[in-house]
Amino acid sequence: MMIEGFTALYIFMLSAFTGYEVISRVPVILHTPMMSGSNFIHGIVLVGATVVMGHAETTLEQVIGFFAVALAAGNAVGGYVATVRMLEMFKPTDKKGAA
Amino acid sequence: MDTFIQVVYFVVAVLFILGLKKMSSPVTARGGIVWAGIGMVAASIVAFFEPGVFDHGTNVFLIILAIAVGSAIAYITAKRVQMTDMPQMIAIYNGMGGGAAAAIAGVELVRMAGGHAIGGTAQVLAVLGALIGAVSFSGSAIAFAKLQGLMNKTFRLPMHMIINLGLFVLTLIAGAIIAFGDDVSIQLVLVFFVMALVFGVLFTTPIGGADMPVVISLFNAFTGLAVAFEGFVLGNAAMIIAGTVVGSAGTLLTQLMAKAMNRPISNILFASFGADAGAGADEEIEGSMKEIQGTDAAIMMAYAEKVIIIPGYGMAVAQAQHKVAELTKLLESRGVTVKFAIHPVAGRMPGHMNVLLAEAGIEYDKIMDLEEINPEFPTADVALVIGANDVVNPVARTNPDSPIYGMPILDADMAKNCIVIKRGRGAGFSGIENHLFYADNTRMLYGDGQKAVGELVSGIKQLQ
Repeated sequence: MMIEGFTALYIFMLSAFTGYEVISRVPVILHTPMMSGSNFIHGIVLVGATVVMGHAETTLEQVIGFFAVALAAGNAVGGYVATVRMLEMFKPTDKKGAA
Repeated sequence: MDTFIQVVYFVVAVLFILGLKKMSSPVTARGGIVWAGIGMVAASIVAFFEPGVFDHGTNVFLIILAIAVGSAIAYITAKRVQMTDMPQMIAIYNGMGGGAAAAIAGVELVRMAGGHAIGGTAQVLAVLGALIGAVSFSGSAIAFAKLQGLMNKTFRLPMHMIINLGLFVLTLIAGAIIAFGDDVSIQLVLVFFVMALVFGVLFTTPIGGADMPVVISLFNAFTGLAVAFEGFVLGNAAMIIAGTVVGSAGTLLTQLMAKAMNRPISNILFASFGADAGAGADEEIEGSMKEIQGTDAAIMMAYAEKVIIIPGYGMAVAQAQHKVAELTKLLESRGVTVKFAIHPVAGRMPGHMNVLLAEAGIEYDKIMDLEEINPEFPTADVALVIGANDVVNPVARTNPDSPIYGMPILDADMAKNCIVIKRGRGAGFSGIENHLFYADNTRMLYGDGQKAVGELVSGIKQLQ
């Protein structure tokens, strides 16, 4: 799908406001998990890496593409696990208090 | 099929935004990351069905292999890492994302050098994404090395700023030639990437470890932006939306963090703190530091009605959070109200201290922000400061000449008594003397955080 110039500009603009709004209401207590969570979200780069690698024609493109996919997968998986581990700690307290 | 793929990407974008939204409240946060995770899995599966991807069997095999390798390494490291080391892991995973975006741009640019110019806006954004992604990649690696203790000193070349600026301009020129040219040599693309990576390194090395969280947050925003730009190049709306949302959220978070430290972002990125901290350090201080023994401090706390604990970076370093949790339980069993006061920049990242305390089993409703807790200090019998320094320095309120004047601080000096656990007599990372330590109602308990809190715990136990 081709995205026309101005359509892309509108997407940029609206997404930027969305990101700003979403994080502006985050309590300080969640800043680090939030940072980790947003770090996970840009792991979507994996999709781009997959597409680019899929179209690789030369060995050089394959090598770079391989790195792109591996790094992107690392971003996504690492970001997810790190975020979940941090948020695990905000489990309802009654369980933890008993331990 | 194409419509189906687009529908999935649309749903994924919605899941990401809702997931982030849910992550903004402690109650729904865990659901939020799961929603985002489902979106990620859906997007990465659908990516295989993009036109052309399944045409080359070898490529598909290599993609699956790369995903397996990257995921396995990240999964194992993320599972094993200590909670106190989380900030640098965020840095490294973020760097990987930046590297991936730069590598995507790399493939596009190599293709261009082979005679397939993309042209127009896409070509410019491919180059910009490559630059930002590469800087984020190498810069995050340095941030990781610093926080991991692999690289302790700040590193400066002679005329560091000028060299760095020169390098940046050269990188931009090379980028512009690639972005606007029809015929690009592969050598130039290579030189461009090397320069961008070196710039990322030189950009990060002079910044001190204490400022790294701000830098990591900035690189997080960078990676988001790079991903959004490459999303435009590939015509992928999910990448544009997710990348831009992270780009703006990361920028705001960076601002919030810098603001809490009362320093403009430019000051953190382009100047060392030591340079302007000297002025306020020499002034005369009235009074002297008064030492207290662990057992005496324990008695003071055991018979208090309300204790406010102020944990700082020193607590994280000493890994004292579990001892602190034990102390809290013990005090509460004696009917003492215990609350935690968290400065916005306590620890290595905003919220880092909360994560550490939560890990140790302290309920998050006891953990208060600066605005919530400051009015409570005058009613507190004891304020216990563990490994925090500049964030409780009253000169930020009282002395307009001090470099930290105006920084929001926790009013520990307003409590009836203040006990400060501290390793040595030195000043904080800003190099400023702390007037709190000299106040009449302040007692110093010297020692390693874990050991000192241990003394308090055993001191209180003896009373029972």
